Amino acid sequence: MAATLTEKIIARACGRDAVKPGEIVTGRLDLLMMHDSGGPRRVASRLEKLGARVWDPDKVVVVSDHFVPAVDLESAQILALTRNWARAQGVRHYDMLGICHVVLQEHGHVRPGMFCVGGDSHSPSGGAFGAFMVGMGATDITGALVTGEVWVRVPTTTRIQLDGRLARGVSAKDVMLMLCGTLGMGNEGQVFEFGGAAVGALSMHERLTLCNMTAELGAVTGIVPPDATTVAALEATGQSFGVDLAAWQSDPDAGFGAVHRHDAATLAPQVAAPHSPANSRPVTDYEPIAIDQCYIGACTGAKLDDLRMAAEVLKGRKVATTTRLLIAPASAAMTNQAAAEGTLATLTAAGAILLPSGCGACAGMGAGMLGDSEVGISTTARNFKGRMGSTHSQVYLASPYAVAAAAVKGVICDPRELLEEWA
Amino acid sequence: MKLTGRAFVFGDRIDTDLLAPGPYMRQPLDVLAAHCLEAIDPGFAAEVRPGDIVVGGESFGVGSSREQAVQALAKLGVGAIIAKSFARIFYRNALNLGVPALVCPQLQAERGQRIEVQPIEGRVVNLDTGREYRCDPIPAQLMEIVTAGGLMPWLEQKLARERQA
Ligand code: SF4
Repeated sequence: MAATLTEKIIARACGRDAVKPGEIVTGRLDLLMMHDSGGPRRVASRLEKLGARVWDPDKVVVVSDHFVPAVDLESAQILALTRNWARAQGVRHYDMLGICHVVLQEHGHVRPGMFCVGGDSHSPSGGAFGAFMVGMGATDITGALVTGEVWVRVPTTTRIQLDGRLARGVSAKDVMLMLCGTLGMGNEGQVFEFGGAAVGALSMHERLTLCNMTAELGAVTGIVPPDATTVAALEATGQSFGVDLAAWQSDPDAGFGAVHRHDAATLAPQVAAPHSPANSRPVTDYEPIAIDQCYIGACTGAKLDDLRMAAEVLKGRKVATTTRLLIAPASAAMTNQAAAEGTLATLTAAGAILLPSGCGACAGMGAGMLGDSEVGISTTARNFKGRMGSTHSQVYLASPYAVAAAAVKGVICDPRELLEEWA
Repeated sequence: MKLTGRAFVFGDRIDTDLLAPGPYMRQPLDVLAAHCLEAIDPGFAAEVRPGDIVVGGESFGVGSSREQAVQALAKLGVGAIIAKSFARIFYRNALNLGVPALVCPQLQAERGQRIEVQPIEGRVVNLDTGREYRCDPIPAQLMEIVTAGGLMPWLEQKLARERQA
């Protein structure tokens, strides 16, 4: 029977030949991720009460990213609890090495065909590697840790077909903001499968951004069918995996809920106005709104490719004196790579301030918060009221190109104009 | 399982900030619950009685994964939540915390009307209008979690059974 990639993964995980959208089935987990905020501090006491241990320590990964580095006693205690719990349970722990969704990929934990959960709403990021990965709350995570199983309602697959190529200065972030603007945030029960020539041409970092922001669409998750780019990225983690590329694809005659076609070449850079990603419109619709703070950070917007986009705009330029540019690279390894190749020097020469790798201001926890009436533009995924500081602050969302351009001009502007000057 | 209670009717996209308002998130649950939905219905927390039923529109529980959004309703005694659709994580959290959540797009109810819900059979009746609605039943395997009182008690029972075996 013809099936979508997601249906194939779920069927395999629950030991069936086939599953249908809408059915509720229980699958065996290949991977469970949790972080310092929703992880051990919430589940440790529950497991203790149950007198249970994790079902398979080899399949559990803990990442400390929300409270790093500790800025107060409370965060220091949470980080210590996380460290001690991970050690006692014998599970893998990445401590201050970067943001969970990025660190998982860097170490090859997520692979095509896997059935995974994460204790974070942006866990759909794992779909970039052709896995089915969804986010859950802390009680759910506790149950999954004990049983190694999770029930899911099989989602309907919505196909996003991106033909052509994205223009210079336009990125995966713009694709997702455009989709949030056109489809809204209520796409429950759907998995967004991304395909077409423009997706095939995207790097893994860009595919991570696509899947990451399916959370903003209200979808179950996102997925990119694996290809040679996926395999190359997995091999680069230093481990060798036999990936059966042919097995993990949607059948051409599979039952898609809907297919949305877009010509990637005509997509303009997008900006989401406060206080919702659904308020996205092309940057050309905006007045030159003055910006107090430009923030390049988060799993969505500060991977190595994102830093390179910013550097493309900032090369030989300076941050305007009326604004400030803060950059929190998504992982320690990416900071290192950006330093080795000169990208970091381009950013700091322009006047960017470097922050530690972690969730930071994206989660409203670390450095880079906004005060009352301040206006920010950010590469993060959400601009809900008060998320990055004061409830009276305003946050616009955009790509690393557009945030870097705003840093140079001090106002919201079209990054393509700055890039053209270099052409 | 049959539940009967008065309807409290809300519109589309009731989000987790309305259900569990940020400023009270650090307070004890009873304080948080007293502010549940106050931004759109200031009398709700005071009026709702154990067994009453919350009726919502599309994307009920949209927003963050905070479980307090469900815990606040449960603390007030809400017996079931019926909506046109639910945000996925909220739906899971509701069942995990022992609150039946039913998808019933056709239901027509006004505030205060008496509603009867049979979650396993997938049947909702507006006792005041006499109209009966079919909805997706909560699947038996998930209803097991709800009747146990939520995922934690369900896990306790499951582990106890396994230890005995
Ligand atoms: S960077 Fe932001 S979106 Fe990503 S995991 Fe951290 S808090 Fe969530």
